[in-house]
Amino acid sequence: MILDVHQVTKEFPLGAETVRALRGIDLSVERGEFVAIMGPSGSGKSTLMNILGCLDTPTAGTYALDGAPVETLRDDALAAIRNRKVGFVFQTFNLLPRFPAWKNVELPLTYGGLTRRERRRRAESALESVQLGHRLGHLPNQLSGGERQRVAIARALVNGPAVLLADEPTGNLDSKVGAEILALFSHLNAAEGVTIVLVTHDPLVGRAARRMVRLKDGLKVSDERDSDLT
Amino acid sequence: MNLLDSITLAFETLAVNKFRATLTMLGVVIGVASVIVLVSIGDGAREYVESQFRALGTNVIIILPGKAHTSGGPPMVTASVNPLTIEDSLALAERCPSVHLVSPIVLGSGTSKYMNRSRSCPIIGTTHEFQEIRNLNVEIGQFLPPNLDRSERRVCVIGRTIRKELFGEENPLGKMMTVAGTKFRVIGIMRKKGMSLGMDLDDLVFIPAGSAEKLFNANGLFEVLVSTRSADQIDRAHREVKELMLRRHDDNEDFTVNNQADMLSVLSKVLGAMTYAVGGIAAISLLVGGIGIMNIMLVSVGERTREIGIRKAVGARRRDILAQFLVESVTLSSFGGVLGMSLGIGSALGAKAVFPAMPIVVSPWTIATAAIFSFAVGVFFGVYPARRAAALNPIDALRYE
Ligand SMILES: Nc1ncnc2c1ncn2[C@@H]1O[C@H](COP(=O)(O)OP(=O)(O)OP(=O)(O)O)[C@@H](O)[C@H]1O
Ligand SMILES: [Mg+2]
Repeated sequence: MILDVHQVTKEFPLGAETVRALRGIDLSVERGEFVAIMGPSGSGKSTLMNILGCLDTPTAGTYALDGAPVETLRDDALAAIRNRKVGFVFQTFNLLPRFPAWKNVELPLTYGGLTRRERRRRAESALESVQLGHRLGHLPNQLSGGERQRVAIARALVNGPAVLLADEPTGNLDSKVGAEILALFSHLNAAEGVTIVLVTHDPLVGRAARRMVRLKDGLKVSDERDSDLT
Repeated sequence: MNLLDSITLAFETLAVNKFRATLTMLGVVIGVASVIVLVSIGDGAREYVESQFRALGTNVIIILPGKAHTSGGPPMVTASVNPLTIEDSLALAERCPSVHLVSPIVLGSGTSKYMNRSRSCPIIGTTHEFQEIRNLNVEIGQFLPPNLDRSERRVCVIGRTIRKELFGEENPLGKMMTVAGTKFRVIGIMRKKGMSLGMDLDDLVFIPAGSAEKLFNANGLFEVLVSTRSADQIDRAHREVKELMLRRHDDNEDFTVNNQADMLSVLSKVLGAMTYAVGGIAAISLLVGGIGIMNIMLVSVGERTREIGIRKAVGARRRDILAQFLVESVTLSSFGGVLGMSLGIGSALGAKAVFPAMPIVVSPWTIATAAIFSFAVGVFFGVYPARRAAALNPIDALRYE
């Protein structure tokens, strides 16, 4: 099992009240799965993804990533896991605007202790794997939205993570480009065996995945596998 | 991220906002440059004074008549002050084993005349030994001959300026000139020496001490100079001189023994303290420069919150972010420090080139201190902004607009 979430809750103190964004979620994801998470706005999808991506820690419950419990880890240990085990793709791309594409992709490697030459080589091959080998030196604002998201995907993949997490990766793209990005995810899952968990509002996107998890008010309301494809 | 990567990144980041980086560095540049210039002037002044003293000889003791320091206690019937005599000086030469040379000095002033020209100048009555104690050289002829201590022979040795003013192109050797109303034969001319502690050594007439005592009707000597063979015998000689003088003056300490080395060390301590004070004032501007760096780094952390979030999201640890911002502030301050050093050294050497008389000494010690300080300013004022950056939570940082 790559991801094993058990009775995870997340509460945010907000003034005198607390917002209960997750109210006890169970979720386990096997190696090679492609999971889509859907649900109405405010249902806790991003909150869950942040916990899965070790950007945030649960208020209660347990979470094991690639067999190791992470809910008790401190800052720097979480940073190391984000660096090596997780690739995160954001709705807003989150690229460094002054860095060319290859340097954005290289970024996770700079915290890993490889030589400059090796880092550059890996960054270039990651960009080639998302069909951007010809855009290495372009700055983010010299790239289209779809290209930017592909740079972000290359960055997420460059360290060979255990799981690729994407929070509404097509949310800022028009439907045609969104479909291309989605096809890229499907390809990575099918051809390269990358484990993917992806949040979306788009039912079409959801259908590309082989498993669909629905959240509502911080709870998991359904979890369906597409048995035809397994 | 290794140090080389961090430094490269810092330069790239600073290069994005060159104007801002330059303005920020300016504070450090000015601070470092002014510290270097002021400390160099201070060091120069100290070295100048020290060299003047050293030219007089650090192996020299001066005995003056009268007591310099009055110690406390009830006022007594003031013991009469016995003058220093040529006999005192002869006794010092004979009876103090550590003493090498002794030279009594009678100081007077009067008009020196030759033909129709005259000049008013100090007249020093002394002995043969004076030349060696004070490191003087004779240009033509000879200095006062030895063993003339009590003699009233009418011979004189003149300085360069006197020669020029009174004799012009004429050769003064063997000529009779009038010194304070009495005829003296010129037997030597001193080589150019220049100013030393406020006295122009070229504008003097030397005559035998005995002659001078008679000429000026002096009640005792102005001072007695004593030298030892080397500077490390000075303390022993000091004791011997004091003991002997007390015995000769009936245990009445009506004289003062001054040790050149002691005076030098007091003076150079005072000047050193002044240099520190002036350098310290200049260092305040370095401090202001440091605050400027802190300010700009805080602004930078704010502006780059999202970048920090992205870096943390892909695996940067606290210490990576801390190092990134710290290297940036240290780069600013060190680069400013290097520019300031060039400016400071340049101005100091430039001033020396334009005004050669100005005592300026740029010591490597000053430069090293400035270098360490500018580095330290970057660390000190960079830590707080860098810690703020490092402490950011990745999600909050990513959400920051
Ligand atoms: N930092 C926070 N402080 C307070 N409340 C928060 C915080 N983050 C999220 N919430 C609340 O938690 C709930 C879940 O938010 P979350 O962002 O996970 O929803 P979502 O399912 O991703 O919604 P959307 O589809 O609109 O992105 C929301 O009600 C939100 O207001
Ligand atoms: Mg969301």
